[in-house]
Amino acid sequence: MTIPLLQVENLRKYFPIRGGVLQRIVDNLKAVDGVSFEVQASEVVGLVGESGSGKTTVGRTILRLEDATDGAVRFGGTNVMCLGASDMRAYRKRMQIIFQDPYASLNPREKVRDILVHPLKLHQIGHSSEHEDRAAALLEKVGLSRDHLDRFPHEFSGGQRQRIGIARALAVEPEFIVADEPVSALDVSIQAQVINLLDDLRSDLDLTMLFIAHDLGVVEHICDRVIVMYLGRVMEIASTADLYARPNHPYTQALLSAVPIPEPGKRRNRVILKGDIPSPISPPSGCVFRTRCPIATNDCANITPELKTVGEGQASACIHTT
Amino acid sequence: MAHDTLAPPKGTPLLDVSGLQTSFDLSKKLSIKAVDGVSFQVHAGETLAIVGESGSGKSVTSLSIMGLLPKDIGRVSAGSIKLEGREITQLSDAEMREIRGKEIGMIFQEPMTSLNPVLTIGQQIAEMVIRHQKLSKAKARARAIEMLELVGIPEPATRVDNYPHEMSGGMRQRAMIAMALACEPRILIADEPTTALDVTIQAQMLELMKDLQDKLGMAIIFITHDLGVVAEVADRVVVMYGAQVVETASVEDIFRNPRMPYTAGLMNSIPRLGSSINKKRLEAIPGTVPALTSLPDGCRFHPRCAHAASICKTNFPELEDAGDGHMIRCMRWRELSLNERQAS
Repeated sequence: MTIPLLQVENLRKYFPIRGGVLQRIVDNLKAVDGVSFEVQASEVVGLVGESGSGKTTVGRTILRLEDATDGAVRFGGTNVMCLGASDMRAYRKRMQIIFQDPYASLNPREKVRDILVHPLKLHQIGHSSEHEDRAAALLEKVGLSRDHLDRFPHEFSGGQRQRIGIARALAVEPEFIVADEPVSALDVSIQAQVINLLDDLRSDLDLTMLFIAHDLGVVEHICDRVIVMYLGRVMEIASTADLYARPNHPYTQALLSAVPIPEPGKRRNRVILKGDIPSPISPPSGCVFRTRCPIATNDCANITPELKTVGEGQASACIHTT
Repeated sequence: MAHDTLAPPKGTPLLDVSGLQTSFDLSKKLSIKAVDGVSFQVHAGETLAIVGESGSGKSVTSLSIMGLLPKDIGRVSAGSIKLEGREITQLSDAEMREIRGKEIGMIFQEPMTSLNPVLTIGQQIAEMVIRHQKLSKAKARARAIEMLELVGIPEPATRVDNYPHEMSGGMRQRAMIAMALACEPRILIADEPTTALDVTIQAQMLELMKDLQDKLGMAIIFITHDLGVVAEVADRVVVMYGAQVVETASVEDIFRNPRMPYTAGLMNSIPRLGSSINKKRLEAIPGTVPALTSLPDGCRFHPRCAHAASICKTNFPELEDAGDGHMIRCMRWRELSLNERQAS
């Protein structure tokens, strides 16, 4: 294997909780608590988990939209956590993000032209005389047309807005994209259009992507490998085919079994998890999943499981599985 | 008339919606039909799923049944809604209040916005049973605890004094179900009840609703866009598009033999588990859902339909019966064969 494009090492992000009259830090919300993984160039890696699992925070911390509490994020070998503002700008050109909500992520007072040209100006890409053509080409790449340049975001449907958001991310020709739930706000019939678009762009442009989603069907469709998170930690990492065919971690098994099958009369043996995801302010000791785990034992409260290899390219953080 | 034969006869339906038309006055000159001639029936103990995308009219249909349309703007402009034979579209607010909660319970997508934040869960359930069942305060509280236990909330005697913000999302949704069912309504309308929830919590909720249905025997109208959930919970399915019913059938028929191109398109556009073994491109439906202010002529789906012919642009298809209660709104349903999915 070549050197990974992205290496995340022991990433932690704690949000302080302040209390008392002096607003001192009384506790920490451990959104991400020791997450490590790698993404190879041209690979699409899925990051799945329920709300509160920390998947979005991982994405935002990698791009330094949030400052990490601890750990390293190496992009092409350089630790971007240590970069100053001006050095970081050069890296921002190489890493982009597609947001979940196409209604909130586009400036309503900017025309599509400005939305797409701004990043080109900011990163001094091409001469300003070429910018309009580049913007038009971007729109065509995402299935819109040059005629849309002079329109405002409110004139577009949700699916079209998401296409504009994708075009904006692609404007600076990034090497790496974080796609944070890019289709979950869209209607069912529109989701497939955007998934197909991402599929096409991926093969045309050789994109490397971290695809954050909670929809396991979408993730299976689009990703090469999948990372399963729970309460700020990685539970399992595997190739998509292995993860879906042979989930190792009890949480992955429960998660997959919970997905309703769109075929009447056909039901898998469902593992119904009890209760809710615990608070990340006071996560359970040992294995964070143990309070809902169907196979938890006393040991699980004492031993914090490390990710261990359970198959080729498959690692799982559970003391009970092999 | 098409809507007289929507369901296989099973005695008097609990709820009979017939030719329902709900209009919204957007301005003095402009009014839209958010629901345009919708008919379906719901029988006791049955689960009917209403499937559609945003703007299809599925939620407005449920608000029309509940009598919760925004005043001054929205109104039922034609058709009838009969609850056990009794017409309810013309009832006064006071009469509708007697029906809501008691005869028809409702749960919404966002438990946080539909629970009262300044009352405890127990007070909110008690309020319902005091009103409808004339219980004393003490008995109402006992009833609230009993309901919380029924929906699987741990330590119900303590939880009854919690405010909504003290509960997690899954707990709040359970509390809302407890409230909707406290007066043992015969119909439960669930509008996207699991959409905001995580899959593991969704699985709990679907299980719970099924259990409660078995125990209490109520009918459920389940409004959703998630076909996986539909397959799991529904007995019959109504598919809506552009404010109208475009197909309705038993859940088996809808999934195995969709005959309206929109329904078939929806089935093919969802990524299913197992796609990593058998990687295929998704068959997306082109275009976007039409705005109700600018509906196309002819069939409302024709601009996005792969099977559209010239007749579809000019002629407006009626809902036709293909037998066994399978109703289809398509000019070409007799000649099309859409169930290619089975062959794959």
